[in-house]
Amino acid sequence: MSSANGIDSILRRHANAGRESLIPILQEVQERQGYLSREAVVEIGRHLGLPASKIYGVATFYNQFRFQPRGRHHFMVCRGTACHVKGSGKALEMLTRMLKLKPGQTSRDGMFSLEVVACMGACGLAPVVNLNGEFHAKVTPRRLAAIIAECRRMEEAEHVQA
Amino acid sequence: MMSDVVRIEVDGREVEARPGETILEVLRREAVHVPTLCHLEGLPPSGACRMCIVELEGAPTLVPSCSYPVVAGMKIRSRSPKVLAARRMIVELLLSSHPDDCLYCGRSGRCDLQALARDLGVRQRRSQPRGTRRERDVSSPSIVRDPDKCVLCGKCVRVCEEVQGVAAIDFVGRGARTEVGCAFESGLNVSSCVNCGQCILACPTGALTERSYVDEVLEALADPDKVVVVQHAPAVSVTLAEEFGLPPGQDVDGRMVAALRRVGFDRVFDTSFTADLTIMEEGSELAHRIRTGGVLPMLTSCSPGWIKFVEQFYPDFIPNVSTCKSPQQMMGAIVKRFWALREQVRPQDVVSVSIMPCTAKKFECGREEMGCDHVPDVDYVLTTRELGELLRMHGLDLWRLEPEAADTPFGERTSAGKLFGASGGVMEAAVRTAHWMLTGRELEELEIGPLRGLAGCKELHARIDGLEIGAAVVSGLGNARRLLDQVRGGRKDLHFIEVMTCPGGCVAGGGQPIGTDPATVAARMKALYTIDRDAPVRVSHRNASVKRLYDEFLGEPLGEISHRLLHTHYHRRDVLK
Repeated sequence: MSSANGIDSILRRHANAGRESLIPILQEVQERQGYLSREAVVEIGRHLGLPASKIYGVATFYNQFRFQPRGRHHFMVCRGTACHVKGSGKALEMLTRMLKLKPGQTSRDGMFSLEVVACMGACGLAPVVNLNGEFHAKVTPRRLAAIIAECRRMEEAEHVQA
Repeated sequence: MMSDVVRIEVDGREVEARPGETILEVLRREAVHVPTLCHLEGLPPSGACRMCIVELEGAPTLVPSCSYPVVAGMKIRSRSPKVLAARRMIVELLLSSHPDDCLYCGRSGRCDLQALARDLGVRQRRSQPRGTRRERDVSSPSIVRDPDKCVLCGKCVRVCEEVQGVAAIDFVGRGARTEVGCAFESGLNVSSCVNCGQCILACPTGALTERSYVDEVLEALADPDKVVVVQHAPAVSVTLAEEFGLPPGQDVDGRMVAALRRVGFDRVFDTSFTADLTIMEEGSELAHRIRTGGVLPMLTSCSPGWIKFVEQFYPDFIPNVSTCKSPQQMMGAIVKRFWALREQVRPQDVVSVSIMPCTAKKFECGREEMGCDHVPDVDYVLTTRELGELLRMHGLDLWRLEPEAADTPFGERTSAGKLFGASGGVMEAAVRTAHWMLTGRELEELEIGPLRGLAGCKELHARIDGLEIGAAVVSGLGNARRLLDQVRGGRKDLHFIEVMTCPGGCVAGGGQPIGTDPATVAARMKALYTIDRDAPVRVSHRNASVKRLYDEFLGEPLGEISHRLLHTHYHRRDVLK
């Protein structure tokens, strides 16, 4: 399992590491896998002599760690001050409802995932939603519905081709 | 030379303190009441709840007494208006996100938060909790977690990790969203939780409670087609009185038996009987292992939290674990597979209930190994607390009942079996009988001091008939971990190790009355030692009913029937750990 995860080499680099190396290891594993899987957390725990509950506790303290792989369409909603004032709360609520996902979750079919971030540095375009690296400025609920519909159309087209 | 006492002033009164002590330790010794929510005696302070704040002259803010060391000449005010106002504010803030359902809460009347609100005069709600309720974790057969009632004091997390060495739970998330939970927010049932329930004893509120089976038992009692048999564990009779507000250390054995009959149980048996039986089986197993070069040291198997602990953390020690079932499960097996036949009742028409000081027993009775043809040997386990609830429900006043004797044949016990309720008791009973088995003579001094008391690790090295025997007793799984690591590391002088999951043994079990502090546990232990001191029969091998059971049914210890009913094997268990 661990070799399939590819975290063996990471753990080898931290051969005699103690608990102080936990966060760097978590970062490297997430960098490699895109998220922290159960198997990875258990494996890291075994390596550092830490219980899984402790690692999960540390990892959930920080926003940077996720526990599900990203979806093919990854939404990041900015909840920074400017976006908040311009209605990003509504945008997030809309996405949560339409995608049936809570922030941090990925849909079972792997199509969508949703994440909340603090600020993307594009306050002039507030409220901002980022989809797979692409910025969508001044989003409205209607605009978001159209974006999601477009994602579904793309998926269907690919499905037909395949 | 540095003086070993310093003087400080508390509320205008001069008191003595030792350097290095915390303010809280001094205040408690001086009988100054200081409320705490997160403080755990014997563990380093965490300073999380701030309930213990006091006013320290010259300090810019109130200081937490639990983590503030005394300094000569310091002046403390422990209940100035400023202190009381701050404490009340803390409680109000905790209540601002706490549900208002005390009437429906199992901890009502025994809740530290409720008591603080009452004592500090909190009489109105100034802010409403947010509407969304968080999900309760009801996945475990032993323990229910209700995050809505959690005040994040962290005691459960610390007991689980620092005392028990299990660490099934930790703080998850951050800030206002912080919750206590398992890794990946999974249920307790798939976590490394060993169901010991020490977290329940530590919890100041109703956030952690036992999974109740009172309703199921009431239903069985009301069913005319069922024969309902109850057994009670050695440690229950010395703690039940606390459920009714009496000081710890009173034995109410006979009154409890009377009360159980009034509730409607058809037969009342004593688990101490099968504790005696365990000694016969386990003693023979140990002798067999020593004689045939079997796997040593042998580890006891009475404590189900410990068994799960071995299965998941130390599977390499499974061959060391005695194959004996626990006394609860032995009783379950002989009631359904022997007694039922004799009484001409079908095993499936017997409902076997056990009253235990333990939440892990609830898990144990549901284990696959503990039954036959899909009929479990024990159906429901109630804790001492649930028995208190059951008796209150029936309006039974223990003090108005005349003591009664348990039913034959499984109600007869020796005080050796009764000692199982305290850490070291299994070993003491075993040594008494082993001496007789090996030499044919009774031990002259039955009381074995080194095995008694609250210490987490106790050892005994003795020479019996030329045979050098090394015995160790540990309670609290953190201590078990340390000892097993020594054995793994090559320690060879031990033949027999008794392990109890809970620190102090079953008298401090996770199913015992709320308010299980070290002084209480010591009083409960003393009650068991008194029973032993005054008992007419103090060695398991002189239990006449056990002898008769062997003559009429079992044959001999480790015999074929014993092997089938009283012994089992355990397997490695994969959990999220």
